[in-house]
Amino acid sequence: MIRLMTMLLLVATCFPATAALQVFATVPEWAALAREIGGDKVNVFSVTTALQDPHRIEARPSLLAKARRAQLVVATGAELEVGWLPLVLRDSGNAEIQSGRPGYFEAARYVSMLDVPVVLDRTHGDVHAAGNPHIQLDPRNLFRIGEALAGRMGELDPPNAGAYQAGYKAFAEKWRLAIARWEKEAAPLRGVPVLVHHASFIYLSNWLGLKEIATLEPKPGIEPTSGHLTGLLARQQATPAKMVLRTAYQSDGPSLWIAGKAGIPAVMLPFTVGGTPEAGDLFGLFDDTVRRLMKGLN
Amino acid sequence: MLHKPFAVAALLAASCGAQAASDADLAAIRSQIDEMKKSYEQRIAALEQKLAQAEAATGKQNAQATAPAAGAGGAVPSDNGPRSSLAASAAAFNPEVSLILQGQYAQMQNVPNRTITGFWPAGGHDHEGGKGISTRGFSLNHTELVFSGGIDPYWRGQAIFAVQDESVDVEEAWFQSLAIGEGIGLKGGRYRSGIGYLNEQHPHQWDFANAPLMYVAMFGQEASFREDGLQFKWLAPTPMFVEFGTEIGRGANFPGTDSNKNGTGAWAAYVHVGDDLGVSNSWRAGLSYLKTSSGDREAEFVDINGLQAQGLFNGNTSTWIADFVWKWAPDGNPKYQNFKFQSEYFVRKDQGSLTCTDENAIGNACATSVTSDYDTRQSGWYAQGVYQFTPNWRAGLRYDQLDSGRQNIGVNTVNLVVEDYTPKRATAMVDYSWSEFSRVRLQYAQDKAMAGMTDNQWIVQYIMSLGAHGAHKF
Repeated sequence: MIRLMTMLLLVATCFPATAALQVFATVPEWAALAREIGGDKVNVFSVTTALQDPHRIEARPSLLAKARRAQLVVATGAELEVGWLPLVLRDSGNAEIQSGRPGYFEAARYVSMLDVPVVLDRTHGDVHAAGNPHIQLDPRNLFRIGEALAGRMGELDPPNAGAYQAGYKAFAEKWRLAIARWEKEAAPLRGVPVLVHHASFIYLSNWLGLKEIATLEPKPGIEPTSGHLTGLLARQQATPAKMVLRTAYQSDGPSLWIAGKAGIPAVMLPFTVGGTPEAGDLFGLFDDTVRRLMKGLN
Repeated sequence: MLHKPFAVAALLAASCGAQAASDADLAAIRSQIDEMKKSYEQRIAALEQKLAQAEAATGKQNAQATAPAAGAGGAVPSDNGPRSSLAASAAAFNPEVSLILQGQYAQMQNVPNRTITGFWPAGGHDHEGGKGISTRGFSLNHTELVFSGGIDPYWRGQAIFAVQDESVDVEEAWFQSLAIGEGIGLKGGRYRSGIGYLNEQHPHQWDFANAPLMYVAMFGQEASFREDGLQFKWLAPTPMFVEFGTEIGRGANFPGTDSNKNGTGAWAAYVHVGDDLGVSNSWRAGLSYLKTSSGDREAEFVDINGLQAQGLFNGNTSTWIADFVWKWAPDGNPKYQNFKFQSEYFVRKDQGSLTCTDENAIGNACATSVTSDYDTRQSGWYAQGVYQFTPNWRAGLRYDQLDSGRQNIGVNTVNLVVEDYTPKRATAMVDYSWSEFSRVRLQYAQDKAMAGMTDNQWIVQYIMSLGAHGAHKF
């Protein structure tokens, strides 16, 4: 046994260390951001896709193997990955990516969190103590996160620090123009009342001025019930919503049901990179989000 | 901001009676001032962030680059980054705590000493008065209290206490390395051994209300090999998951026995491999070996005249376990639908001597104790599938089968009865989960673990967890 392990260890050390910075992103949006900043200097893998509920990922063996070889873990934080990431980090045997080390980056630390609960009690559903973790849908958040991430990548890979800074600057420049464009295009959405499946879009609503009237989930993390949906439908008379929003990974049943009954469009938004064929990168994500919202409005 | 007036009052009070102020008062005032500082620092950081965001949004060039907090955030470990979460107070250092509530209603035949025919009865948690796996009617299973948290940058700790009437069992209490690197993980203390698949799982993580027969035969009612010892694991730096582990320890639990001696009483070694197949499938397979030694391991036997006799085993036990798990979820999103298949197989060999005695002096065949060879080779397996067909509902089937195999007891053949038997059990369950934290389960089993009896068992079970959101292994 020991001889076998020594042999494997020797074999492992004989492999040349790959030059590119190995980035383990918990969700597709941070993988996309790391690619914007790092370009060909980084090897980025997102361990989840836009079709997977980020709250409900399993600590699969393949994730351990990836974490073992990662130099930088880019996570959302705010307990989004609490059900699997701590376990993957601990069992990876990789000291560099443990919480508190430079190889562990939490995006949520760099933005102002919304929906920070006043009362921490599970009778209110699966609430996140640090606030709503779906921060990627306010594009303005990506400045702070991107800048911090570029700094962190430079710290871990000093020879390319300049390239990461330049990568971030170039991204920020384009991003600023894009935000101005999206805000112009989405101006008619300001004040539009909407229903949402889960509180996935609070940052998007905050940015574009959408008015979220209610969630289809009776409590965060609890699947919509027919009683709750009927209640929402009744409220539609007094406070009518213009559309009902869901992400690519949420089941379409509840939003289609209420949309059909209320005669409003059910709009599926990509939520993150890869959620729709058009959302191929961060720019595509917001292009498509704004396009779909505008289509829902008309 | 209640604490501010309080702090000012404390300050005033302190200044009025300076001589009277004790160390405790001073400490209290200092902590109040610290909290005020922290609170202001946080607000300033939040304001800076808002300012930077506003500037960025209005398109002012280089605005965030000059924001002081941002530079610091990128350059140092994340602890010093700008924080927008709740105030970091002393309470934040408390370990994560969770509590598992588990109980059941069971309807089955009355079998005071439930054993598996043809297999050495393992003690496990042997409760008097029909507790344990033969408990009927309403009862509590283990109530588990879990504490875990980082100890320092190098170690993490976890303790699990199983609370029962009049006793607290230290289920697990261990530390684990965080900072060794190179894929190495070190664990020490009391832990569930990494052998097999189910062995590391606590009852609340099981997909059925009870453990597979195979685990009960291997390790007793507890259905897990627990070890006081040291675990060393190494994860290979390969694209595929390949993990090696080895353990040494006291080996006090069945199939070993406790002995007060220097050195070790058991050792184990295992390898696990696993990977994804496309985005929807993932699997893990493993092979494990456990070596334990026994000194006077005792069990009740029946002699050739049907009288009770006691057998004492001295020798070594080797257990091999092969395990396989496969999980499927459409697009890799297990929330709405998923399927899990799991199967394990074991072979166990006892080698040593068997002493037959008459402890209660009832005049059985071993009135003068007889020592013989003891040499067995026994095996068993189970396979189960659990399908989650909506976010709330799951259904599962399990089949268990054991083979009493070779049981060579040498000259004691003339004194003791050894039964050849193939214990079997088929189980079906359906469970409902309101959320990730609560579940209720209905289970039916046709149990033929004991020769000459078919036991139709019904169990209704609940599992609730409070507190910290635990992360479960694959």
